[in-house]
Amino acid sequence: MDVELRGITKRFGSVTANRDVDLKVTSGEVLGLLGENGAGKSTLMNVLCGLYSADEGEILIDGKPVAFAGPGEAIAAGIGMVHQHFMLIPVFTVAENVVLGVEPTGRFDHLDLRRAREQVRAINDDYGLEVDPDALVENLPVGIQQRVEIIKVLFRSADVVIFDEPTAVLTPQEVEDFFNIVKGLRDDGKAIVFITHKLNEILEIADRISVLRAGEIVGGGEVGELNAAELAELMVGRPVSFDVKKTPFDPGEVLLEVEDLTVLRDNDDLAVDRIDLTVRRGEIVGIAGVQGNGQSPLIEALTGLRRVAGGTVRFKGRDITHASARDRHKMGFAHIPEDRQRTGLIPAFTIAENMVLDSYYEDRFSAGPNMRWSAVNAAAAQAAADFDVRTKSVFNTVATLSGGNQQKVIVARELSRDTEFLIAAQPTRGLDIGSIEYIHSRIVEAREEGDGVLIVSSELDEIMALSDRILVMFKGRIVAEYDGASAEKGVVGLAMAGAAA
Amino acid sequence: MTDPQPPGTLSDQLLDRAAPDRTAFEDLVVVPILAVFIALVLGALTMFATNVDLPTIGRSYVALLEGSVGSLSAISETLTAAMPLTLAGLGIALGFRAGLFNIGAEGQVLIGGMAAVIVGFSFDGLPAAIHLPLALLAGAIAGGLYASIAGWLRAATGAHEVISTIMLNLISYRLVDYLLRLDFIQREGRADPISRSVLETAELPRLLTWIDANLRLHAGIFLMLAAVVVIHWLLFRTKLGFEFRASGASPDAARYAGMRAGLIIVLAMGMAGALAGLAGANQGLGVLGRATPGFSAGIGFDAIAVALLGRSHPYGVLLAGLLFGALEAGGRQMQVDAGVSIDLIGIIQALIIVFIAAPLLVRSLFPWAFRKLAKVGRE
Repeated sequence: MDVELRGITKRFGSVTANRDVDLKVTSGEVLGLLGENGAGKSTLMNVLCGLYSADEGEILIDGKPVAFAGPGEAIAAGIGMVHQHFMLIPVFTVAENVVLGVEPTGRFDHLDLRRAREQVRAINDDYGLEVDPDALVENLPVGIQQRVEIIKVLFRSADVVIFDEPTAVLTPQEVEDFFNIVKGLRDDGKAIVFITHKLNEILEIADRISVLRAGEIVGGGEVGELNAAELAELMVGRPVSFDVKKTPFDPGEVLLEVEDLTVLRDNDDLAVDRIDLTVRRGEIVGIAGVQGNGQSPLIEALTGLRRVAGGTVRFKGRDITHASARDRHKMGFAHIPEDRQRTGLIPAFTIAENMVLDSYYEDRFSAGPNMRWSAVNAAAAQAAADFDVRTKSVFNTVATLSGGNQQKVIVARELSRDTEFLIAAQPTRGLDIGSIEYIHSRIVEAREEGDGVLIVSSELDEIMALSDRILVMFKGRIVAEYDGASAEKGVVGLAMAGAAA
Repeated sequence: MTDPQPPGTLSDQLLDRAAPDRTAFEDLVVVPILAVFIALVLGALTMFATNVDLPTIGRSYVALLEGSVGSLSAISETLTAAMPLTLAGLGIALGFRAGLFNIGAEGQVLIGGMAAVIVGFSFDGLPAAIHLPLALLAGAIAGGLYASIAGWLRAATGAHEVISTIMLNLISYRLVDYLLRLDFIQREGRADPISRSVLETAELPRLLTWIDANLRLHAGIFLMLAAVVVIHWLLFRTKLGFEFRASGASPDAARYAGMRAGLIIVLAMGMAGALAGLAGANQGLGVLGRATPGFSAGIGFDAIAVALLGRSHPYGVLLAGLLFGALEAGGRQMQVDAGVSIDLIGIIQALIIVFIAAPLLVRSLFPWAFRKLAKVGRE
């Protein structure tokens, strides 16, 4: 089945999300739709799958114009979408989730789960998905949950499958499996739309690429004709440098010393298992690892947010194993948390309020019990200007900002004061290239000023680009250490998968 | 992209406040006004459906107006009824801001009022300048400590404050019953549970007796106004208020920012309880002069509605408290003049809350009101 979008324009009030977009995807082909966050990719696909109706333009299926009044009609026409955030019911089994809304029923509305299971198994076998139809969704890893979403789409006999940022939640190993599934679908004659802002992925999986910027198609072509640099420039609108400029590695005294650190999860499982770790001044230490191998508990322990079960943490020679988060903040710790929406910011608060979320108690911003709001506002405005936060006013709420600008608010808050040690967890997750470039340059700047920097990221490219020293974390242990300048990506990737353990 | 500007001017530009959001204005002002209006209309329909004839309905609403703002005496009654509602409502609002759903104001009113009355009838011979503040303080502290139990349970064990404050309400009813039969509290020569009378030195003095001896307006009004100002200052001008609001808006982000969640919960609950306790003291020392079983009379529950209607903003709570006070005072007049049961007032109050909670419903009922305002707002 071939689908064509012709001259699609979609407006929200005075904002034009898509302008005159032409797009075509044919069966047996993977179309990569590349664009930064906010470029209008999701809006376009929501038009295609019937969630929005276009203000102008038309959708053609096999050359015939169609109009979808809602997602139900788009599904009936054979268009299925796997959303970035899964829409599964955790306490239901795989089979129950798959048939939800189109349940096979027998007499007296009897739910025929046996038939559902068989159908799920059949799809499983056809595409090599290997999902147990009777497993509870909540017990499945994210990668398998995504397969459940794929089965859902296939169960509704979709011929066009849209993937919205499908790899954002996957580990490198899962990404590989996922690509194989996508190739299987393509070879079976499905038309696939693959939405992403990750260049290397799109070059690997797509047959044809279209680049969307500010709601318009700005270029594209067959995958062989394009290279990463050209695509990045199309996407961002200016030349982009992938290399992080760093001064030669010249570490100073030891700043942070971790010995035998053991940390437990909330359910008392072992999360961090007797780790040793040092960070020196002027050094960026990167911790690579697939998510869920104890990185988050490690960071929480180092920032004073989680109780340490054993071992010691010393900062500039002083034992801070049990110091509170506030005490560490006073010592010059800066912390960029991994989840900016939940733990890094308060979306309903203004930019100014968020800028002082962890420093409001300082004398600069308060006097006795009172806040000095004029000082807060002035400092926040200065920081927002210095750190390139794009907004009209610091009195706007953070919720109104894009992801990249939200992250810049956090970086501005953490780095605009005198810091000694920076812990950054997933500092660029889900951000566009421009913001990534900017945040990386700020992190390197902190190193240049003599701060110790600890970065935890599941993006291996990010670790490789920034780190002076790379540690690989696997099942709560540091299993390998590499020199940042000479490490090979393949070797580190294998260690992440547990090869060095 | 805009041209690069020197950082100084850019940071100055960032200090511009956007014009107040029209939607926010509509939600804060227009929706509540229309909610009250719809509630009154539905109240009239309720009366009509229960065979009250039209003239009586008209008379009852006239009485509602007269009884609430129609005379000096009516205004005095409205204010008197508004005081405890506003005080306890401020406490609930403070809890909301800190992310706590305090259902226990009723119990805190009882415990606070009880403590204030006990201090009020003890200490014979103390000058009023010491005795009255002491009695008020006792009310605030008792209410605060009582609420802190729920706060502590939440902080230390994770027990949800909705459950624990409801349970504490039940305990407080029986506790007051028990206390009222103790020898040193029960009025001499009485078999029923009623406390001794508050001494004159601990009474909140009536303010308008020089005009008419029956005017009940008392000095609690200053307490109410001061509380509104203090809570506004606390929430929006202090570090503690910033911590309260941050914890309420996002407990995780507050914890990551180094705020001490447990302490904040206990403090916020304690302050909420202190305000409810003050509301109880206000009743005990200003209106009743003694304690009887259930003297809180639902103030703690009405206060939840007041806090919701006031959008958890101190000034909003004051206005909501005044409105509910007016409904209560006017409702009594309505019962006398038109013979309509005062229960109707309860229905109207409940309807107001329903419509406040459903702004989209109000918007769809009165689309013209919002469109018209949109034009005014742009000018």
